[in-house]
Amino acid sequence: MRTTLGILALGSCLFIQPAVAAEAVNVYSSRGEALIKPVLDKFTAASGIEVNLITGKSKALMQRMTAEGRNSPADLLLTVDAGNLVAAQQAGLFQSAGSDVLDERIPANLRDPDRHWYGLSQRARVMIYNSEAVDPSTLNSYESLVEPEWKNRICVRSSSNIYNQSLLASIISHSDIATGEAWAKGVRENMARKPQGNDRAQIAAVAAGECDVAIVNSYYLGIMLNGDDADQLKAAQAVTLFYPNQDNRGTHVNISGAGVSKHAPNKDNAIALLEFLASDESQQWYAENNNEYPAVADVPMSETVASWGQFKADDIAVVKFGELNAEAVRTFDRAGWE
Amino acid sequence: MTKDYGGRTRKASGSAWLWSAAAVLMAAVILTPILTILYFVVSPSEGNFQHLVDTVLPIYVLNSLLLMAGVAIGTTLLGVSTAWLTTLFDFPGRRVFEWAQLLPLAMPAYIIAYSYTGLLEFAGPVQSSLRDSMQWSHGDYWFPPVRSLGGAVAMLSLVLYPYVFLLARAAFINQSVCMLEASRTLGCAGWRMFFRVALPLARPAIIAGLALVMMETLADFGTVEYFGVQTFTTGIFRTWFGLYDTAGAARLAGILMVFVLTLLALERVSRKQAKYHFTTERVTPLKAGKLLGWRGWLATAVCALPILLGFVVPAMQLGGLALGNWRKSLDAEFLALMANSVSLALTAAIVILVPALLLALAQRNSRSKFIKILIRLCASGYAIPGTVVAIGVLIPLGAIDNSIDLWAEETFGIRTGLLLSGTLFALIFAYSVRFLTAALNTVESGLQKIKPSVDEAARTLGCSESQVLRRIYLPVVRGSVLTAILIVFVDVLKELPATLVLRPFNFNTLAVRTYELASDERLAEAALPALTIVACGLIPVMLLSRAIKRSRPGSSLT
Repeated sequence: MRTTLGILALGSCLFIQPAVAAEAVNVYSSRGEALIKPVLDKFTAASGIEVNLITGKSKALMQRMTAEGRNSPADLLLTVDAGNLVAAQQAGLFQSAGSDVLDERIPANLRDPDRHWYGLSQRARVMIYNSEAVDPSTLNSYESLVEPEWKNRICVRSSSNIYNQSLLASIISHSDIATGEAWAKGVRENMARKPQGNDRAQIAAVAAGECDVAIVNSYYLGIMLNGDDADQLKAAQAVTLFYPNQDNRGTHVNISGAGVSKHAPNKDNAIALLEFLASDESQQWYAENNNEYPAVADVPMSETVASWGQFKADDIAVVKFGELNAEAVRTFDRAGWE
Repeated sequence: MTKDYGGRTRKASGSAWLWSAAAVLMAAVILTPILTILYFVVSPSEGNFQHLVDTVLPIYVLNSLLLMAGVAIGTTLLGVSTAWLTTLFDFPGRRVFEWAQLLPLAMPAYIIAYSYTGLLEFAGPVQSSLRDSMQWSHGDYWFPPVRSLGGAVAMLSLVLYPYVFLLARAAFINQSVCMLEASRTLGCAGWRMFFRVALPLARPAIIAGLALVMMETLADFGTVEYFGVQTFTTGIFRTWFGLYDTAGAARLAGILMVFVLTLLALERVSRKQAKYHFTTERVTPLKAGKLLGWRGWLATAVCALPILLGFVVPAMQLGGLALGNWRKSLDAEFLALMANSVSLALTAAIVILVPALLLALAQRNSRSKFIKILIRLCASGYAIPGTVVAIGVLIPLGAIDNSIDLWAEETFGIRTGLLLSGTLFALIFAYSVRFLTAALNTVESGLQKIKPSVDEAARTLGCSESQVLRRIYLPVVRGSVLTAILIVFVDVLKELPATLVLRPFNFNTLAVRTYELASDERLAEAALPALTIVACGLIPVMLLSRAIKRSRPGSSLT
């Protein structure tokens, strides 16, 4: 029993909680630590404000903020996809808190008109194809993927993923629910395999020849091309990127973004962090390291992204994706897209 | 050997009401998160539930049932055969296999799933080299898809069968001496002895092991999500987080709870049907029959295969990846992760003993049906997915914190803020709800070794209740307590979803890091933390193995 007590004491000693510094900002982030920590460290170095971080699934963090209520320590919720940002806003987790600097730097279609949240980077949901198996002139739009010529040739991830939900929401928003459902059904029927893995896995599958075309977020390809994993590099080099819907509304574009929490104890620091994330320096870091498109105009793209050329983006307000999110999930369920 | 029909004739001890009161109090705490979830089951929903029933619910039910059936068959075959062979026979490598069967226990299901996907997927090394050597391309050949229901059954069976092995082995050892010897003497040997004597006698133990396995299977999220298999857990996540429909998700969780309660009832009934105690403590170990020639090697193969597939192959694959990446992964932060994981798991394992011991003793000392059912309900947390438990912990703790804060502000003009939410308390509370089952079952089966007549004899001889507790119960359950600590330690170390949601600021664990990297398909970087979880999990497995080697009939293992 004495050893047990000893172990217990030892165990408790190891829990030394980091004291929360006087000048701090608390961030709940659904972006992984590896993706966000370096920028946050730069912020601390520049401002002297400590950053406390929790990462987790977006909706789980939202549940946590809801339960913590007015005592929530969260100052900033950082997440991907407008669908998540709008859901957080609808759950009453954000406050209207921004600044003129932010309003000026972030384009109007990438932020909430009432300053509840701001987009901080953009990503395009593109197609990639295996040039040995696909003649690029046969590629056209998301809608064209339901044609019989693509039978057993498409790879795409699960409909539980919000990127697919927002893509379907945009299709519904440009047409109607029935059209969206027919599209989801058509793509499901043409899939080479059951939906699985993330966008990297789709790229690997196209490279290996398991399927000929896949729908993925652009930065995955960029990260694989610039990473130091030899297998992933080889896979990424074996595929080619295609911007769909250039003849009509443009390629589907989504954002990552953040909003100040309703009960933020360090509201000013949160806004300072937002402004830092919108600064040229951070925007460029994001563009270079994560291969996303900067949210701020005139910040250069990474070399890799620039090499894919200019494209026409669908300029629909990203708020729509959030408003139609639940409708999109139900539509996927009816269409049988797992 | 006598058969005891549920101890119906026992008299309630004088302080039964004290045990009952303590049990009710403890149960109230443990059940709060579960009741919070169930509350949403009866609260009005926005109509998504009908949509779920019309579209995906039948798929969830079917897949969950198929998964459970597959894993039940898989773990029984692997667990019972290896337990039988290592207990009753002598063959090459038997001594090693006795303890090595526990190795897969150190391998979390989601990690073995990452590993085999890396090896066996279309773009992986196995299929690629097949294609290269045979000049095949896509569609020229058939290869079983890893990411499938069948794949999930295989992964879960490979890492969960040690539960069945452990309990079946303990049962076989206890039988060996009198029953099996008698059976052999009477001319009932070999396969007949196995099916007619050993298996029926071991059934309660096997079913108890299977109940643990089934609950792990129902609660699994990492594997089925990664494989894209639609089950209850993935459905709950999708409804909760995709449709943002708490009530709909909770209703699904409610249906899942029905599955769990059925399982628990099954386990109880099977335990009640047959409780076996020895009439004598003087036992001699059974002489293991020697398997000669090909029979011996066949036994070696049967015992080696699950260890190879469930531990050696994935560990080597991860080891190879980790070796190529260690420069990038091994830094000061990594050591901090390790310290966090180990100390958290250790603390949780010891804390959980309190409710486990209290409820196990109350169960033994109370005659009330109500108390017994209450305790069973407390033990249902094992099958509830981690995220569901997490939400069940978040909501009441947040409510308590905010009411205290409000009250303090109105009364004293000070704000207390969050006292419990976002602290390690919340996390350990969630672990207690989730892993009490494992600790409770272990302590209980330890207590079952004490025949009810021993209590009675002690009381007759003038021992007080506390003396019985101190001088009889504690020495006997000490082994079980150690086992309980070990099992919970490994479980907490592997735990992912609740940790993800509930952990305090800047507090990361190995499991969280592994998941973040692996779900981003960066398996090479995830390999080192994954392998470390496995290695940490090995320590208790080793200790448990040592206990197994020493275990003799009548001693207290599990």
